[in-house]
Amino acid sequence: MPNFWSDPFGFLIQWFNNLLLGWGLPGGTVQFIAYVVGAFILVAGSLFFCLLLIWAERKIGGRVQDRLGPNRVGPFGLVQAVADMLKIFTKEFVTPDGVDKVVYNLAPIMSVAAVILLWAVIPFTITFYGNDLNVGVLYLVAVGGLADLSIVMAGWSSNNKFALLGAFRAVAQLISYEVPLVISLLLPVMLSGSMKLNEIVRAQDVPFIVTAPIAAAIFFISSIAENGRAPFDLMEAESEIVAGFNVEYSGLKFGFFFVGDFLHAFTIAMLFSVLFLGGWRGPGADQIPILGFVYMMIKTSIMYFLGLLVRFSLPRFRIDQMMNINWKMLTPIALGAVMATAFVDKATANVLATTTPVLGVILRTLILLVTNGMVLWVASDLMGSVLTRKERRVVALEARPVARPEPPAAPIEPTEGEVS
Amino acid sequence: MILQILFIIIAVVTLVSAIFVVTAHKLMHAALWLVLALFGVAVLFAFLEASFFAVVQVLVYIGAIAILVIFAVMLTRRVMDDSGPQLIKGWWVALVGVGALFVGLLAALGTWVGFQAGPGPSPDPALLTQLGSDLVDPTKYAIPFEVASILLLAALVGAIYIAADKKGGKE
Repeated sequence: MPNFWSDPFGFLIQWFNNLLLGWGLPGGTVQFIAYVVGAFILVAGSLFFCLLLIWAERKIGGRVQDRLGPNRVGPFGLVQAVADMLKIFTKEFVTPDGVDKVVYNLAPIMSVAAVILLWAVIPFTITFYGNDLNVGVLYLVAVGGLADLSIVMAGWSSNNKFALLGAFRAVAQLISYEVPLVISLLLPVMLSGSMKLNEIVRAQDVPFIVTAPIAAAIFFISSIAENGRAPFDLMEAESEIVAGFNVEYSGLKFGFFFVGDFLHAFTIAMLFSVLFLGGWRGPGADQIPILGFVYMMIKTSIMYFLGLLVRFSLPRFRIDQMMNINWKMLTPIALGAVMATAFVDKATANVLATTTPVLGVILRTLILLVTNGMVLWVASDLMGSVLTRKERRVVALEARPVARPEPPAAPIEPTEGEVS
Repeated sequence: MILQILFIIIAVVTLVSAIFVVTAHKLMHAALWLVLALFGVAVLFAFLEASFFAVVQVLVYIGAIAILVIFAVMLTRRVMDDSGPQLIKGWWVALVGVGALFVGLLAALGTWVGFQAGPGPSPDPALLTQLGSDLVDPTKYAIPFEVASILLLAALVGAIYIAADKKGGKE
């Protein structure tokens, strides 16, 4: 039995299982009930946690943009999100004419579910995780695909051309940015030799952000795009397509998309800390698992904060820029990094195995760092010309003194055959 | 017991949604039913503790192919309208073909002893690693694997050729 103070989650799980076993239930049923209860607690917990996230996002956003942020309801405006939630509960569901009822109502649920399903495999501490699937990383990618589906469903079922156009645009962006995202996920898998998320955390004696910085950067950028936040918030271009795929939703259904959005931002930060920052690892986390939870939350909060800084400080990309960044920059660099890392890591593995473990780790880190630097150098050299080329003709007229009269327009000469 | 009830529910859902794929009036509904049917198959894989196949089923069939199907459906004209007749002219040819396939599968599986066998041991997690190394092993599946990737590359090139506007052409 784990100690309560060092491992409260493990203690509670054990206590609950022992309680049910004490009632004389068979082992299989106990496990089933434990999974159901665990899933329920995780989902409810994450949804309540979302209230805090909304507050944090608005407050940080306010500070970044030199505003106050919410500051009326409760201390520091902490209860503002609760007030908003209650308000949105009381709103009427407006179901437009001609919508496809079932699909229309299913889409917001799917968009939240696609995010919460990710929580099932995230290792919060060494002992506390939903299920350490042996295909954990693939699971992350697969579940991420459900979010695309929910957007398509929302856009199509709304019976509104702007919603449909918004859905097209959103899905085009999501599918495109899935490519570099998945390729960058390959590197932690390759370096740790496992797709289990807990194994990946365990393998990070040196966090993978050091040994695979390119992959980390690409994961960070493309995860912002996957989330559809600024500078990649093209899917809600108010001026062009009203508001995007969710334009026909109201009340709580509209709120669901936003719950999914806020939660997704935090979940992605959590995944980043698991995959590249060593998750729950830190001094003493093996003996005292609750410390691991603290480390993980600190790392996640840093990544979340960085994501928010990016969101609130950068302007929106144009759609062609957005596609160029993906297909001409991120995808080739990610592919190059995967190939170079695979080659170098395999080629030097035998040599490093003959040295002492500590020296081996240091040398491997240095070699991989140099490899990443080489990839980046080659990439910038090759892509310099592509990226600096002007993609678009300058539309504005040449600057000229305001007071000077324009030269008179040349008389239009009648062309042959034209009857005047 | 719980597993058997769950299995029956999943199987029924999968089959019913497969039927709806064919009988749905709107193309988009057919595509969504297809997603549900494929998801049911993924759950069945999960029941067999084949987590890799379950996840790949979701990843490839729902995440990629179903989205593509939905895109294709949405880009067809008048997708919002009810479509015309449900049956094409040569529907009985398809029926005969499908029936023959079904009977053939039934005959082939009827003699399989695996149905009588009880549940086997859980698959070894190391099998996944085995699968990975077999795919790149020249004595095993490296050549089929590479042939498949060449096929996909050809499809990609073809798609780009069709979609690209030919510069310096007649226009």
